[in-house]
Amino acid sequence: MDIKASLSTATSAARLALAGVERTPGVIKQDAILTASGVRREFGGIVAVDVEHVEIQRGSITALIGPNGAGKTTLFNLLTGFDTPNTGSWSFNGRSMEKVASHKTAALGMVRTFQLTKSLTKLSVIENMRLGATDQKGEKWWNGLFGRVWKAQEASITERAEELLNRFTLGHMRDEYAGALSGGQRKLLEMARALMTNPTLVMLDEPMAGVNPALKQSLNEHIRGLRDQGMTVLFVEHDMDMVHDVSDWVIVMAEGRIIAEGTPEDISKNPAVIDAYLGTRQGQSLLEDE
Amino acid sequence: MDWSLIIENSIKGFIGINAVYFAVAAIGLNVQFGFTGLLNFGQAGFMACGAYGLGMTAHYFGISMWWGIPIGIGFSVLLGFLMGIPTLRLRADYLAIVTIASAEIIRLVVRSVKFKTYFGGSDGINGFSDPFRKIGDDIGIVQANQYGFWPLRFTGRELWTLVVGWVVVAIVAYFVYLLMKSPWGRVLKAIREDEDAVRSLGKSVFSYKMQSLILGGAIGTMSGMIFALDRGSVQPDNYSRDVTFYILTALVLGGVAKVSGSIVGPMIFWGIFTFMDNFLRQVAKDPVHLGNFTIMKSTQVGQLNYMLIGLTLILLMVYRPQGVFGNRKEMAFDGH
Repeated sequence: MDIKASLSTATSAARLALAGVERTPGVIKQDAILTASGVRREFGGIVAVDVEHVEIQRGSITALIGPNGAGKTTLFNLLTGFDTPNTGSWSFNGRSMEKVASHKTAALGMVRTFQLTKSLTKLSVIENMRLGATDQKGEKWWNGLFGRVWKAQEASITERAEELLNRFTLGHMRDEYAGALSGGQRKLLEMARALMTNPTLVMLDEPMAGVNPALKQSLNEHIRGLRDQGMTVLFVEHDMDMVHDVSDWVIVMAEGRIIAEGTPEDISKNPAVIDAYLGTRQGQSLLEDE
Repeated sequence: MDWSLIIENSIKGFIGINAVYFAVAAIGLNVQFGFTGLLNFGQAGFMACGAYGLGMTAHYFGISMWWGIPIGIGFSVLLGFLMGIPTLRLRADYLAIVTIASAEIIRLVVRSVKFKTYFGGSDGINGFSDPFRKIGDDIGIVQANQYGFWPLRFTGRELWTLVVGWVVVAIVAYFVYLLMKSPWGRVLKAIREDEDAVRSLGKSVFSYKMQSLILGGAIGTMSGMIFALDRGSVQPDNYSRDVTFYILTALVLGGVAKVSGSIVGPMIFWGIFTFMDNFLRQVAKDPVHLGNFTIMKSTQVGQLNYMLIGLTLILLMVYRPQGVFGNRKEMAFDGH
């Protein structure tokens, strides 16, 4: 019951912070954790991403939606340093990120998952989790030789990993190879592994793809739980039910641009969004479509 | 047919100096290829670093042979950086191309007439290993004496190199074993699976790949040193492409990503190789005929042996792709 209560508090807090925000693309937020301006990425002649300005509210769950090829994943790659834009600047927690290598973003508190899950199939589930922990002494080879230097830290990492695995209902798979997990379980593992880095911003690329409906519910709970613990969540998703269920704010992309922003309720009624998805104006809510 | 000779030679092939220097090189290659997924086709180049590090001490620098050990390792670290900096950010195939080319460049440079003063040209370098031999004599393994009993009979010269060689194998194997059990090894294995995943978790993939390349190369360097000390000479053509590929073969035979595999693989490789060679030589003492048709003459033994080795390896890859010590379960998740 306590959890439910605090959940609703977090929801209302995030909603409240966003309540007064104007519903226009690229709007300024009260307290942005991630800000990007003029980010443009071209592949040959095609403009994949052309974002004038976007801000992500701290402590909220923000959904990034849009039709296929809208540039959502490309924007993810750009923001996390996995790809370099032609022009543009972006900052995380007030720190400019243009020159930051992809592997350093995690240390700064920004972690991402991938659309196609990247479970390390030939490592066990627990080893996958341990890998996520940052600042490991034993990850320096000269320390690796001496167990007594890193064993204690390893034990505390393992403890934290087991806790997370249990939370994500993977505790019983602890010693299996990650390759033995189902597609949905791999999604969970990847999310849990990302949390091992102790992030402040979690970026999930299609967390629901290939996950069965029963698991979807618990995944929603997990995502709300992250916000409940003070993390900010930004996710790309096609599943409109999920978007409506968990997100506090929705950003819509089409053809590389941001075409709309607002609460899930606003967005499902927004004619520009319906146009982008369906091509012609249907005059109907997307959600009622299901 | 002299079975006693065949058995003796086969056993000596199994634990002999060839198996030793292959094992050390394979342990190094395993760090790169087996654990990190780096396609290093230039292990012979790293081995040459060690051999020439030793050889150049007497030949060019005019200092004690023992300085050759740090010099050789220094060469290999330098070579690792030269190979790695331009290629480790690119796809795996580029490293393969650069490493095989680098090893060839090294071989061609050290055998060139132009640099004869430094590297001795195609004659190589001789007469630097006396300090090493002297220690053997001093502790009582006298070079000229015979030791052991059938089927393990060695000259003191052979025995001393073997003892040192196997000690090096043991130390290096334990070193790599410890590393691969550590979080450092975990990062390497994760890189082998998926670089982007590792990068997203905040590890510098480039730096780890570089460490792996250099560490594996430095171990390969020690292999080159053992070989050079055994022969008492350094010959440029002992470090050609085929050496790298035989070592790779022996590694795959034993099973990649297992330290034990990289030791047993070379032993089996040389054991089988020596056995077949000796056996075929006995068979072909007189030309073998089938009717009027000559099947095999003694001069053809070498070629036939290589063919049979190839066939054995093909059969192994078909029926036991994980090698002798590999883990079948791990192999099963290859295609996600």
